[in-house]
Amino acid sequence: MQKIGVLALQGGYDPHLRMLSGLKVEAYPVKTLAEIDAVQGLILPGGESTTIGKLLVLQGLFSPLIERIKAGLPVFGTCAGLILLSKNALGSSQPLLEVLDVDVQRNAYGRQIESFETQVELLWGTQAQSSAIFIRAPQIVRLGDSVKVLARHEGRPVAIQQGKILAASYHPELTENTALHQLFLSLV
Amino acid sequence: MSENSWSGRQTATWKTKVGLAEMLKGGVIMDVTNASEAKIAEEAGAIAVMALERVPSDIRVQGGVARMSDPKMIREIQDAVSIPVMAKCRIGHFVEAQILEALNVDFIDESEVLTPADDEFHVYKADFKVPFVCGCRNLGEALRRIGEGAALIRTKGEAGTGNVIEAVRHMRTLMSEIRILTKTPREELMTFAKNLGAPYELVVEVAQTGHLPVPNFSAGGVATPADAALMMQLGAETVFVGSGIFKSSDPKKRAKAIVEAVASYKDPKKLAEISYDLGDSIPGVDVRQLSDTQKMALRGW
Repeated sequence: MQKIGVLALQGGYDPHLRMLSGLKVEAYPVKTLAEIDAVQGLILPGGESTTIGKLLVLQGLFSPLIERIKAGLPVFGTCAGLILLSKNALGSSQPLLEVLDVDVQRNAYGRQIESFETQVELLWGTQAQSSAIFIRAPQIVRLGDSVKVLARHEGRPVAIQQGKILAASYHPELTENTALHQLFLSLV
Repeated sequence: MSENSWSGRQTATWKTKVGLAEMLKGGVIMDVTNASEAKIAEEAGAIAVMALERVPSDIRVQGGVARMSDPKMIREIQDAVSIPVMAKCRIGHFVEAQILEALNVDFIDESEVLTPADDEFHVYKADFKVPFVCGCRNLGEALRRIGEGAALIRTKGEAGTGNVIEAVRHMRTLMSEIRILTKTPREELMTFAKNLGAPYELVVEVAQTGHLPVPNFSAGGVATPADAALMMQLGAETVFVGSGIFKSSDPKKRAKAIVEAVASYKDPKKLAEISYDLGDSIPGVDVRQLSDTQKMALRGW
């Protein structure tokens, strides 16, 4: 059975673990390099990207994680996870893994009062759309050439893929729709 | 575009409110009284800041009526940091809550730390677009607040004392009542709800799931990395730290240490490193010396 880790330094790792447990994989919260090395795919959950980035540095995980992703470890980032994977977060000097060739704008939809539920348009697979929850969500404002758009909302890319890296600006793990998680498992 | 269902946005839903609370798990929320403290908190790795004019230990010493903060101060803090900004309204003061919503704060804390505006009724929180956090001392109080629409619960502790004993008492009480509830047979749940003074449907839900329907954080009296890790090991999912940081001798160092302690709360070796040479903690108060009128935790109905 596939072993999937969810980075559990801070943030919404529980909903990912719950979703994975319904998909017939072994899912673990991971906090150390040894735990990361014991899984075949890693999810970077939502949360505060500035906090998670700092904790990655403090726990000595930052550079090793970049190496492992570059060596082919499949990763899936949602919301803060997308920010951490990106090349550049506009207007912020926070630590980023810079493995995904996109630029993002943090809190681009506004503060919490602007957080919303919606349907996004899926551009792969058999489903036309998926429910999605955006919470103080980032927007993808530049797409690299090697990045494929998987989902769109109001004309903007909201889920993307670059090789074995998946990312979404929304929280599929807070919905019932497992399409992105299943796609991620197919990459592992 | 308008005929496409994916162009619609539904804001202020229960899922978006509890969703933000979920994203705040495993972190530290710090009380700050100005933009420069907010910067220090963000730099240290806080997941959110609570904007208030006086930290609880000063409210305790100075007395007087403690009210919602000046909107100018809240705006300055919002402009200074990119992390969520929370602010407090008085218990039952729904107009302070309306003003905080108009200011676009990310969470409203209907807080016993401020002087209550109503000694019978809390704010009806489900009416608001901004999510609410409320304090509790036990399961009944937690479920009453959730029944009113709170999307996040924190045990109260005794704010501004630098003494963790009440936080421990409230978390232990809450967790123990939840454990008992999960073993209570169905026919006893109505009486259980009656005795708790809690909504029956929520009692049934907790009996089935074994946890609150919203995240469960801890507040009130956390002063050290060890205190923060203690509350996490007792079942807190995130820790609020009020006076404990900016009333210590080295707030920057202490703030960072408490953030690291929450991330590594089960690792005593790391906690030992983190706790090393932090300077003086907030002096603290023996809560047995406080009369009931001085106890903030007793506010809430």
